Amino acid sequence: MRGPYLAIVSARFRMLLQYRAAALAGLWTQIFFGFVLIMVYEAFYRSTDRPQPLAFPELASYVWLGQALLATLPWNADPEIRAMVRSGAVSYELCRPVDLYSLWFSRALAWRTAPTLLRSVPMAVFAMALLPWLGLPEWRLAPPAPLAGLCFALALAAAIALSCAISTLVHISLLWTVAGEGIVMLLTAVVSLCSGLLIPLPLFPDAVYAVLRWLPFAGVADLPYRVYIGSVPPDELWLVLARQIAWTIVLVALGRHLIGRGIRRLVVQGG
Amino acid sequence: MPQIVVEDLVKAYRIAERRPGLWGAVRGLARRRYRTIRALDGISFSIDAGELVGYIGPNGAGKSTTVKVLAGIIVPDAGRCEVRGRVPWKQRIEHVAELGVVFGQRTQLWWDLPVIESFELLRDIYRVPQPSYARARDELIAALELEALLDVPVRQLSLGQRMRCDLAAALLHAPQILFLDEPTIGLDAVSKLAVRDFVKRLRRERGVTVVLTTHDMDDIEALCTRVIVIGAGKILSDGSLAELRARVTRERWLTVDLDDGAAWTDEPEAEAAAEAAAEVKVIRREGSRVCLAFDPQRIPPAELIRRVTSRHAVRDLFVENPPIELIIARLYEAQAQQAAAAAPAPATDANAARTSACAEPAEPSEP
Amino acid sequence: MHGLRLYFRYAAVSLRSQLQYRASVVMQSLGIFLITGVEMLAIWALFDRFGTVRGWTLPEVALFYGMISVSWSLCDAMARGFDVFGTLIKEGELDRLLLRPRSTVLQLLGHELTIRRIGRFAQGAAVLGYALSSLDIAWSVPKVLLLAASITGAVCTFLGLVVLQATTAFWTTETLEVWNAFTYGGVTMGQYPLPIYRWWFRGLFTYVIPLGCAIYLPGVALLGREDPLGTPVVAQWLAPLAGPAFLVLALAAWRVGVRYYRSTGS
Repeated sequence: MRGPYLAIVSARFRMLLQYRAAALAGLWTQIFFGFVLIMVYEAFYRSTDRPQPLAFPELASYVWLGQALLATLPWNADPEIRAMVRSGAVSYELCRPVDLYSLWFSRALAWRTAPTLLRSVPMAVFAMALLPWLGLPEWRLAPPAPLAGLCFALALAAAIALSCAISTLVHISLLWTVAGEGIVMLLTAVVSLCSGLLIPLPLFPDAVYAVLRWLPFAGVADLPYRVYIGSVPPDELWLVLARQIAWTIVLVALGRHLIGRGIRRLVVQGG
Repeated sequence: MPQIVVEDLVKAYRIAERRPGLWGAVRGLARRRYRTIRALDGISFSIDAGELVGYIGPNGAGKSTTVKVLAGIIVPDAGRCEVRGRVPWKQRIEHVAELGVVFGQRTQLWWDLPVIESFELLRDIYRVPQPSYARARDELIAALELEALLDVPVRQLSLGQRMRCDLAAALLHAPQILFLDEPTIGLDAVSKLAVRDFVKRLRRERGVTVVLTTHDMDDIEALCTRVIVIGAGKILSDGSLAELRARVTRERWLTVDLDDGAAWTDEPEAEAAAEAAAEVKVIRREGSRVCLAFDPQRIPPAELIRRVTSRHAVRDLFVENPPIELIIARLYEAQAQQAAAAAPAPATDANAARTSACAEPAEPSEP
Repeated sequence: MHGLRLYFRYAAVSLRSQLQYRASVVMQSLGIFLITGVEMLAIWALFDRFGTVRGWTLPEVALFYGMISVSWSLCDAMARGFDVFGTLIKEGELDRLLLRPRSTVLQLLGHELTIRRIGRFAQGAAVLGYALSSLDIAWSVPKVLLLAASITGAVCTFLGLVVLQATTAFWTTETLEVWNAFTYGGVTMGQYPLPIYRWWFRGLFTYVIPLGCAIYLPGVALLGREDPLGTPVVAQWLAPLAGPAFLVLALAAWRVGVRYYRSTGS
């Protein structure tokens, strides 16, 4: 699995590097969105004196993590796979001498990590160092406590694996063309709402959050971000990891079951 | 009364140079280096109403640029250009309303719609009054045999069918000038003939002025009364096909089918020498077929034929002109040599750069 | 007037083209309805937790949300040609537009009227409906006209942004998503009343990109509230005019771009 992954990720990376201007543009857009979101939350926080599940500085960090790691979230489908399904070229995938699921998982991994590598570092530098310098220290991405940072690295790795399992499942659903398009749309809605992308999950009513935290989507963003800001203490890391890994196993198994059927269906139809 | 007048047209492009490597790309963001390419380097010609002119040249020679200037799409750097008394780029709207343009590579029809709906939309775009539209439509449908295609979505048409529809689409507003860019590219033989017949009729019956750019010399030979050859932004030749030939070479070809192909090698040496003096060259031998190139001013065709038939048993023979491709290739060679002589080494480089540069992105690669 | 008639012809043709892929269009419209629908769920959750945002209630915010969403969906449906302009220019389609005796702007508007945006329009209209039914607005003919003017002004502002985005494609080789910050960012910004933002951000969206003039100020007038920013009522009623003004400036920039293209021709 390392072989194809490395090849795919390095190809992606080289391709992305060709579009440096696009990367800069994306960075700018996400910083801008970070500003808008933080200002909105700031206004809400100033409207009440009641204590909140996340303090405002924690929330700002949460928002920046979401912007920096946006590409790791499984909220869209790989346009290359979409084009492959549409043109029928996907049947060539059957001819490759590697396990099909692993190949697609590697593809998803490359797609989720390459742009993140390129984007997250300048984002983090901006949000951590530049914001205080711009006179907005209360909006910054606070550096994590050392132990929390370590735990975050682990939780993020597990989050990316889980995200790729979800993405691969979505890509497999594209094999059922029109229905697949619908599933992608549905997924965009569900992921943005249930992962913490749209609003930090702890801000939902407590009863709703009690349910959301057990769904796989919390594992791709909310849980690792809360590990980072320390709202999940390090000694509960194992609980986070256990949830993430359990969901990953379930979704990989489901994906493996479906991919063969999807390809066969497409081939029988004649692409 | 000339329809199109062009005088000393000049158009140069600046092309951003890419520096190699990552660092080069970063520096390129800050400050770009440009190279100037003269796509049109002082072009002059004039075209009368009802002429059917072939405009030919290799990729990057300036064909597309000329057409874009004539069509009012781009503004030249210097020179004069008038089409039907208007400066194309100054009065774009009025100008293009009297212009028809067909690109062989790209359709102007709406991909997902039945052909007839594209026609109706074009009627509204060109503000054609309904009666004139109905007349033009019916004539074009009859002339191009489109009846069966009208209700078919464009994406389902074959290339030949699509080209016929595109021709009709470009003529619904009854333009007096028609630009055809590679109209037969990729077409099958039957469709090519249909397109050529239609263009001929168009000129004969309606007196439409046609400018045809193409790489297909059969189009030129079948259609054009006049050929303008352009190379590296300059006009190399302008005149009838016969004049073009005469300018480049007087050479003609005699092809002979012998009863016994092997007999040719038993040439008596004296006669071979005489033929050499008259500059008769064997340019091709395939089995029993021999092709000779000769200069009719030094040895009249009748004399050459008499000599050949006196020595060999001949089954069949014919005299022809060398193919037009060859004529034009020689013209370019001569120009390249001239340029090389004028400015030794760098000039050829510049020429190579000129033809390979992407000065004309719309231009197709050689089929 | 003839131009408007032609636009409707273009629109009819575009709708018929898209309806050839009916299942996909329906699916995408529903999908967009859903994706934007969850946005409202998030806003509801925030109000459930915090009660108000600096004194503004959920129905009031829903009014702004509905107005800006409806406006954006209308612009997004009409401006597809400008949105994909980078690709069009690369494929030489701009030459084709210049070969026709009509303005490039009209032809690009006619490029496509995107049906699937109806998903967002429906969602925005539903939120607007909720707002109007929960708020106690003393409706009058001028107020109805003000609502219409506000939405028109916002559509013009968004169109101006998309035109500017396309204009940059004359100089850069690829369409950059730099402008997404202002379009999508503007949509998000406009969902909340302007006073909740910092002064420099308010300035950007009032004086540079007048979305605040098009949505927030007339919105305050509709609500009959006193503006915490202290704008006079007259200004609130005249503010939507900033939208068309912005569009006119954007179109002037567009013409500069076209002139640049025609002089370089590459």
